[in-house]
Parts: sequence; C-alpha cells; structure tokens
Amino acid sequence: MTATDAPLAGQTPPDSHRRSSPAEMPALSIDGVSHCYGARRALIDINFTVAPASFTALLGLNGAGKSTLFSLVTRLFGIQAGRIGIFGHDIGREPGEALRLLGVVFQPRTLDLDLSVTQNLLYHAALHGIDRREARSRAGEVLARIGLADRAGSKVRDLSGGQMRRLEIARALLHRPRLLLLDEATVGLDIKARADILGHVRQLVTEQGIGVLWATHLFDEIMPGDDLVILHQGQVLAHGEVARIIADTGGHDVNSAFMRLTGVAAETGSPAP
Amino acid sequence: MSSTTVKQDRSGFSLAQYVTCLNGIVWREALRFVHQRERFVSALVRPLVWLFIFAAGFRQVLGISIIPPYETYILYEVYIAPGLMAMIQLFNGMQSSLSMVYDREMGNMRTLLVSPLPRWYLLFCKLVAGTAVSLLQVYAFLLIAWFWDIAPPPIGYLTVLPALILSGLMLGALGMLISSGIKQLENFAGVMNFVIFPMFFASSALYPLWRVQEGSPLLYYVCLFNPFTHAVELIRFALYGQTNWISLAVVSCCTAAFMIGAIYAYDPSRGLIRRGPAGGET
Repeated sequence: MTATDAPLAGQTPPDSHRRSSPAEMPALSIDGVSHCYGARRALIDINFTVAPASFTALLGLNGAGKSTLFSLVTRLFGIQAGRIGIFGHDIGREPGEALRLLGVVFQPRTLDLDLSVTQNLLYHAALHGIDRREARSRAGEVLARIGLADRAGSKVRDLSGGQMRRLEIARALLHRPRLLLLDEATVGLDIKARADILGHVRQLVTEQGIGVLWATHLFDEIMPGDDLVILHQGQVLAHGEVARIIADTGGHDVNSAFMRLTGVAAETGSPAP
Repeated sequence: MSSTTVKQDRSGFSLAQYVTCLNGIVWREALRFVHQRERFVSALVRPLVWLFIFAAGFRQVLGISIIPPYETYILYEVYIAPGLMAMIQLFNGMQSSLSMVYDREMGNMRTLLVSPLPRWYLLFCKLVAGTAVSLLQVYAFLLIAWFWDIAPPPIGYLTVLPALILSGLMLGALGMLISSGIKQLENFAGVMNFVIFPMFFASSALYPLWRVQEGSPLLYYVCLFNPFTHAVELIRFALYGQTNWISLAVVSCCTAAFMIGAIYAYDPSRGLIRRGPAGGET
C-alpha cells in the first residue's frame, strides 16, 4: 500500500493513521474554532463532530460562515482559535497527515477548463504523489463510477454544469479520502442534476463508509436520518440528528426547526408551486 | 504492502512522491502553455520587435566597444540579445504570478493548496514550472535570432541553460513575492508598470553600463544594484561559455532571498475573501 492509499471503511487503516479505534475517532472534530475578518467575527466558538460513514448536513443561510469553516478545515486559512482534527490529525500541526484523508469539493468551480477530464484527474493525482500508472487506473475507476467514462477525453469546458460537479466529486475521491467536504455542491444545477449528485454522495456514505460534511442552504437536501449542524451568524445553534433537533425545537420539519432557531426561513431548492 | 523500504518524510511522503508532484505541476503548466498559443506568440513577438526594429534603428547610434565577454566588435543586435532573453524571463515570471493571482481569485489555486504535500514545496514546484515554460520561450527566440545572424558559439546554447534556469527562478520568485502582496487582480497591472519597465530599462539589457555611467553616475549605481542587470550579465557570459562570478553570486543570493520571501509571504486567504456588501466571504 502506498502512503497515499487511505483505506475505505471496512479496511484496516495503516498504523500511521491509527490513533485509537475507529469507533472512538470522529472523521472531523471542530473544537472551539473562532475566526475574525478584522473586527468582524465570522465564526464564534464552533464545536461539532462528523462521524465516519455518516452524512452530516451543515445548514446555514448565505453568510452564515460555512465557507470560512471549509477554508479553515482545508488549511486555506490559518486557524486563529480552536482546533480542527481529521481522524485525530490536527490540521495545524499535521497538515499532511490530515489533508491526505480529506477530499474537497469547493463552492466555486476549481477545474482547469482547458484540460481534458482525464488530465484534470491526473493533475490532482500528482498533487497527492500518486504515480502516473496508478493515477490512470484510478481515474478510469472513478469516472466509471460517476458515469463520465465516455467523456474522459473531453475538454472540461465542453461539459455541462452537472457533469463538472460530478467530475469535481470524482477528483475529490481519486486519492481515496475517508472524509469528503462539499461546499454547496449543487448550487446552480437543475433539479435532476442536484438529485443525481446528492444520491451519489449518499451512496458513498453507505457503500464506501466515507464521512460526508455537506454544506447547504437548501433544507430539502436534508433527510430525516442525517446528522445536522445549524450554523447561523457564525454560531452553531443546533447539532445532532435531524429528528432530535426537530423534536427539541417543537417544529414539524427542518424548515420550521430552522425558523424557530434563527427567526428566518431556510430555502428550498425546488421551484415554487 | 511492499516489502521494500522507501525513505519518507515526517508526513509519510517518499522522494518519488515529491518528484511525481513536481512532474505533475510542470506538466500541467506546459499543457496550459501549449493550449494558450497566443501567449506563446506574444511572448516571442515582444523581444523580436526589439530585435528587428529597435536594434536595427539604434545600430548606428549606439557604438559598442569591445567589452567582455565579447572579443571583437559586435553588432548592437548581438549585444542586446542576452538582455532580450532575460526580458522574456522577466515577463514570463510576472505572467506566471499574474496567473497565480487569477487562479487564486477563480479558485483553481485551492486545488493546489489542499494537496497534503508541504506548501513551500508546492510553491517551489510552481516556480520550477514557470521557469520551464520560460526556457521554451527563450530557446524559440534563440532559434529565430540565429536566422538574424545572432549566432553564439554552439556550446553557448548548452552553457547558457544553467544561467537561464537560475535567472528564471529569480525572476519567477520575484513575481511570486510581488503577487503575495496583491489582494485583487486589478492591482497587478499597476505593479507591473512599476516593476517591469524600471527593472528592464535601468539595467545593462539595452546599453553597457559604462555608457550609462557616462550619461548619469547616479543611474549607473541604480543599474549596478538592479538584480536584473546581473541576470542579463550572467546570461551574456554563459552564452559565450564564460562565468561572471559577481553576477552569479548576486543572482543566486537574490533567488534565495526572493524565494524565501515569496513562500513566507504567501497567504492563500488573500483573494479568496470575496468582496461584497458584507465585506467578505463567509
């Protein structure tokens, strides 16, 4: 096994990644994280965890702090206060160990439009130190899994918005992460493309045991069995199973629970009737 | 699991993985360069205009005495060829930095920065990739210049390579250092005007320093302390199979200083924070 082969669920993790038993180890732990832009506080004492093989939705309106949190987890921003751990590896102290277990789909498109689908994947593989032969093999696998095998040689510029998102997910999975972060991955997509992508990500959780943190401002992307973190104005207002949060707030669905907690309505991704 | 022992760093990456990463970044930069033919053409047109038009016009005005590394009287075109080679690298270094600012704003830079390899190494790879592209441009220029009777000794094409690599790294690192301080893409054009043109004109690229000294002693000292002057002289001597040790020392030290400064100053959060009514991305 190479150093970049993070194991999937059901496989034994290599010694370098093992700190305690997987049952004890959260895929992602956020402990007391705060962040300021000058005098403006974007995140205030954030605490929550994401379990392995779970789908956790991070629900918040635009401006709630989701993207700032993602930038901190991915080490794009330096941590000002608190601690972030990925399978026990501190992102500040052991960024290499932590980032190799992490796959990310950012909100803005980060693909190279002038390169082909395969070339984008090979570039990503190189950034993780995966040699060319292995990278080609993995690229074929992930493209087949995500239904883009027939577009392997196409320029990314020629793909639809939904296909680009699927490619970004395929790219995020190429180095076999155990935790996947998706920041508003369905923004700008039609209903079918949204449903396809959401369905595929949920499949990754159940079939491959990947922990998923799904940032969204659309409450209809959240299922009753999910874990939910409600982020509002830089603060976590609720964290736990969806059903429990609904019960605790006295609401009857995610939207009403969100309204009771924040005083404002969340959005739905479905068109108005 | 393989039974062979592979030397790894603290975070578990082997030397082969570092090399794979470097190859990948250089390969991607080369692909982008090939796809952007206009960039290649414009990179060549600029020095060729200087060579074909400017040099032809000034040939009779500017006399060049015999100065090292030249052993006889030379045409003005021959004199400015190393300066134009350095100019290609100067523009390329700034162009690479411009693309880094663009990538940072557009989000492509995030792909690079979430790699688990050390950030200093990723930035170093970007520098190497930019330098590799500049080498392609310089050798294409030399090929065309050969038809214009600018023909250094054949060994010069080989001996100039290390000098080009070093000067390419220095100018690329300078561009990266400058781009580290830039928050928005729009600010870059102004910075280029304040950096590229002063650096190029206050150097030995277009006229020998002894002529500058005759005209203005103050400007002579400005040129002498300009790292670009030493990049030009390093290339000029290397093109004739010689070494200008002072220039080599200056360029080496400046390369190290700019590179350390660029890596230290690089802050990926610049440009990721979107401007908006709320004042930033959250």
